Amino acid sequence: MSKYNVWLKTANKLEESIIDDFRARVTASPDDLTEENAAKLPAEYFQFAHNEFKEAERAGYSNYSYWGSTIRMFFRNKMGVVTFAILVVLMGFAFIQPILPGQLDPGTIHDDLTAVPVRFYRNVPPQFFEGRFFLGTNAIGQDLWARMWAGTRNSLFIGFTVAGISMAFGIMFGMLWGYVRKLDFLFTEMYNIINNIPNTIILILAAMLFGPSIPVLVAAMSMWAWIGHAHNIRNLTLMFRDREFNLASRCLGTGVFRVIIRNLLPQMISVIMLRMALAVPIAITGEVFLSYLGLGISQVTPTLGNLLEMARPLMRAHPYQLLFPAAILSVISICFYLAGNAFSDSADPRNHV
Amino acid sequence: MLAYIVKRVLRSILSVFIIICIVFVLLRMLPVEGYFGGRYDLLTEEQRQMELYRMGLLDPVPVQLFNFLRQLVTEFDLGLSSRIRVNVPVTTVIADRVPISVQFGLISVAIGMPLGMALGVMMSRKKGGVWDKAGTGYVAILNAVPAPVYMVLIQLYGTMLLGAPLTFRFDSPMSRVLPIITMCLPIIAINAFWMRRYMVDEINRDYIKLAQIKNVPTTTIFFRHVFRNAVVPMTNLIPLSILGTIWGQIIIERLYSIPGMGGLLIDAILARDNALVQALVIMFSAIGIFGLLLGDLLMAFVDPRIRLHKKGAAR
Repeated sequence: MSKYNVWLKTANKLEESIIDDFRARVTASPDDLTEENAAKLPAEYFQFAHNEFKEAERAGYSNYSYWGSTIRMFFRNKMGVVTFAILVVLMGFAFIQPILPGQLDPGTIHDDLTAVPVRFYRNVPPQFFEGRFFLGTNAIGQDLWARMWAGTRNSLFIGFTVAGISMAFGIMFGMLWGYVRKLDFLFTEMYNIINNIPNTIILILAAMLFGPSIPVLVAAMSMWAWIGHAHNIRNLTLMFRDREFNLASRCLGTGVFRVIIRNLLPQMISVIMLRMALAVPIAITGEVFLSYLGLGISQVTPTLGNLLEMARPLMRAHPYQLLFPAAILSVISICFYLAGNAFSDSADPRNHV
Repeated sequence: MLAYIVKRVLRSILSVFIIICIVFVLLRMLPVEGYFGGRYDLLTEEQRQMELYRMGLLDPVPVQLFNFLRQLVTEFDLGLSSRIRVNVPVTTVIADRVPISVQFGLISVAIGMPLGMALGVMMSRKKGGVWDKAGTGYVAILNAVPAPVYMVLIQLYGTMLLGAPLTFRFDSPMSRVLPIITMCLPIIAINAFWMRRYMVDEINRDYIKLAQIKNVPTTTIFFRHVFRNAVVPMTNLIPLSILGTIWGQIIIERLYSIPGMGGLLIDAILARDNALVQALVIMFSAIGIFGLLLGDLLMAFVDPRIRLHKKGAAR
């Protein structure tokens, strides 16, 4: 099909009679433009105009965009931006640290047993840029700098998986709980039971029954955390399901699934994001707590919890072993807490404009 | 009223019963050497089986559960400790540990709750004022910094500063100061947070506006109307705070080597003393449930406006 052939392109869409009329007129009249003149015209004159449904919908509305406003509001909050930036830098560094040059392995014990006399590198104080061990070594001669970042990675992994898993289950069951009224009794009873057993006891039992390892901890913490999320989501669902907009939508025949995904979920984003942000440090602290009790993950896998636990007996003699992991842990928790609060404030549509 | 109380108590007992069943079944998965104390390795396989049979541990789980419940109800017998104190009833082991935890706990609740509530009231007096900002910062820091971290730092630097011993000793009153301060900090934070919130909620009510229009003095409004109404939901927390002192403070008691309840569960787990673990878990859960129950009932007594017959009103 020729580029300039308006007839062929248009005619396909017209009805027979119009086509005939059009054909007669086109064939009767000579070309308006010579070939050179036609080539001078911009190519876009010969493109079809867009017929975008979304664009059509916009007519008559303000150009409000939820995520745009959220991000704009978030960047207005200095505290939120700073803590978020610190988090990004910290997490980024934790993940690129092993591929930086000159990093030591977190598991290697650096005692030199072949040298004469035997050399021990135990409890070496921080040397910063003057020696091999940036932050010194621990009681058995492992590099603290490498262990600290490896621990941060593992702890963050625990935090994010617990937050993700428990939130996914929390949203799913929370929606069901709030939307399907017949399930209310069942879930409420379950909530009463799970919520009344202290978190620590579930963690301790899981660690004792299945042995402490990262998957067991993640499973135990998710098992406890989801019902709290679900309860919150359920309350929000109850709040929104009988609002007029949702009633209208249901009268128009929207299916349950679509109501949940398109009508209810977007209303809850700010709460969900806040709970997600707070769930990460809570899970990390849970791991630290277990390590304190001597039920934590073994020292082979460094985490912030067992770094602290290993340093605790030595805290009077070698406080640096305790202070650096404690500082990282506190910074991560505080940043998640503040950034989460800032984000949830900005994600709340009531704060927009 | 009575019907409501009976219903709530029955519900709570049902919850405790379900928890006992779950815990009991879960704990059957523990290794059996936890029932033998130190003798496990000395016995032959036949002797072990005999022993287990004698203790009724080879019965089907439902039968065991029934026997356990029957003993619990009829003679308050939770079994014998096998490791922590060999062949001493679990109830005795626990009873010996409770007083010291309760002592620490009650002192810190008695200091922390009024302080926290006072801080909350000060915070709510002027939004964005000095007290509000300082208090919010304090609550945020205590919430955000992991408890194990600040607790261990307080121990490290506090003991240096005060010249107090690093661990708890019965004969040294100084050694009690830091654990109590550490326990108070989160109690103050929680109480201040909720108190401020309830106060602010109350201040924004319409009747307060009316009182202002009527030119009631600000102090009168604040203490006669706002404070009294804001304290009502706070009473909900009191029974659980007091009963909860029986749990002890796991982290603090371990840090300062206080021989209280908090350490007992950990010791029992590490020593694999099955009967004791089971009794403690059940006890802790039961305390949690009855603490909540008492909180709801107390709130209903304090505030006659709370209608109990309406479904879920007391929650």
